[in-house]
Amino acid sequence: MLGLETVWFQVAGSICNLACSHCFISCSPTNRSHAMMAAADVERHLAESESLGVREYYFTGGEPFLNPELMEMLAAALRRGPATVLTNGTLINARRAAGLKALADGSPYSLDIRLSLDGFAPEANDAIRGPGTFERILEAISHLAAAGINPVITVTEACEDAIGSDGRARLLERLRTMGLDRPRLKVMPLLRLGAETERTRGYGEEETLAGMELAAADTAALQCASGRMVTAGGVYVCPILIDSREARMGGTLSETLRPYPLRHRACHTCHAQGLNCRT
Amino acid sequence: MLPTARETFAGGFRRVAFFGGVYSNYLALAEAHALARSLKVDAVFALGDFGAFGPHPDRTVDFLRESGIPCIQGNYEEALSDAAEDCRCGYTDPRDNHYARLSFDYTSSRTSPHHKAWMGDLPRHLRLTLGGTRVLCCHGSPRRINEFLWASSTSDAYLRRLLDEYGTDLLVCTHTGLHWSRMIAPAQGGRPARGILNVGALGRPANNGRTEVWFAIAEASEGGVRVEFVPVPYDHGRLAREMEAEGLPREFRETILTGWWTTCLEILPAKERAAGRF
Ligand code: SF4
Ligand code: SF4
Repeated sequence: MLGLETVWFQVAGSICNLACSHCFISCSPTNRSHAMMAAADVERHLAESESLGVREYYFTGGEPFLNPELMEMLAAALRRGPATVLTNGTLINARRAAGLKALADGSPYSLDIRLSLDGFAPEANDAIRGPGTFERILEAISHLAAAGINPVITVTEACEDAIGSDGRARLLERLRTMGLDRPRLKVMPLLRLGAETERTRGYGEEETLAGMELAAADTAALQCASGRMVTAGGVYVCPILIDSREARMGGTLSETLRPYPLRHRACHTCHAQGLNCRT
Repeated sequence: MLPTARETFAGGFRRVAFFGGVYSNYLALAEAHALARSLKVDAVFALGDFGAFGPHPDRTVDFLRESGIPCIQGNYEEALSDAAEDCRCGYTDPRDNHYARLSFDYTSSRTSPHHKAWMGDLPRHLRLTLGGTRVLCCHGSPRRINEFLWASSTSDAYLRRLLDEYGTDLLVCTHTGLHWSRMIAPAQGGRPARGILNVGALGRPANNGRTEVWFAIAEASEGGVRVEFVPVPYDHGRLAREMEAEGLPREFRETILTGWWTTCLEILPAKERAAGRF
């Protein structure tokens, strides 16, 4: 292991108000396999992480905003370093957006809010995330924009449409009308599906993937070389493997600072495609 | 990517200048060098990323080598010298990678083989002292040549660990293109103050609507090091014209002419992004 730099918190466990068809840990309103975390639990790991020299924090779930103590946890993280929240956005209203803005302004470190869309239009997105979710996510973005927060919006999209597509232009236009004149739109190739990448051809996407392969040639680039995932049930090697018992490495961060054998099938995806969940 | 032994010791100094990424902006490099000398520094160091973005990459390397400026390797020199397929800048967005790719292909095809060989032999790290302060120069971070150390995304805890792991008091780096510095511990019990200095870049402006580019001067002072950032005016109109003649993207010229970044933005953390125009 290169050393611990990134700490993830599975603050909402596996509980989510959505149930996306592609969710790699099958989160849903009823999946209780991972419990919600308590603020005191997060605080304990944060204090430990500080002594270990951690650089940055990520908060995820499930849906983090289902955790009633999320804001308290974020404030505690932002006293120590930058924090990113990965959310589906559907629970962000005007009041929450204003609260996030106050937290961001109160820290020397960045608070990044990251929302995901699966495609540039409702048809593509809603087929995966559920009916009506495209509009609900855009509504969340408008609350954030009104509060003065410019979220990172990641869009997974079939690769050949990633640059220069009409869909992208339309979405950008809509974001601008919400007051996001500098949208932070990240288009993600559909990395997790091997078939998608093989389908790719045409404009420069091969170049992008070639770049990712290069980075992944180095084990130090794997998330598990510099990050760990904290859950209510202990510390796991990475955000991807929390459903594998053998990926639980200990009860505290210090207990997990050893290399992890890359034997899981998902490790192949990480290695071959440079998969990384960080912003 | 793991820490490497390719490291040199430059000696002890009182007042020095650090140049960050030049990105082929040889006009700004010459101005900065003249300015640094007029500001009475003992030495000038260049921290890598000599190519990319701007025109005629060989002119920058010719200047650096002829002036005898001690240089370390950036990700660009690493990539150019070992015939990599891209610049290893570490961008994560396809649009950013698209532009990075254009610069890299242009720069690679116009960098002489003897310059590429020189780049391959450059040290990764350079150490020096400023009075009682131990200084370690690297490109991105001492752990990773292409790590982005932004002000708002680098925790004090992480900095403290880097300083401890690499046995230094002041970490000097570039790679992000934005200059900043932070002291994380005051002088104490005969030990100097400790912190970081990101020297910014000579290659393009600092995303603040000003056309000047920046370098840093560090000077030994009571209990530590005093840091100063120096703006460098230069003939940016000429640079933009040469970029156009060389067929480099309009977006790059816009940055040179307006002082606002137009590409490589998606990598910026929230606070740095909010400070820019795009
Ligand atoms: S919103 Fe995220 S956590 Fe919830 S089901 Fe969808 S992918 Fe899973
Ligand atoms: S899935 Fe495997 S390779 Fe990827 S981060 Fe987790 S342990 Fe590492």
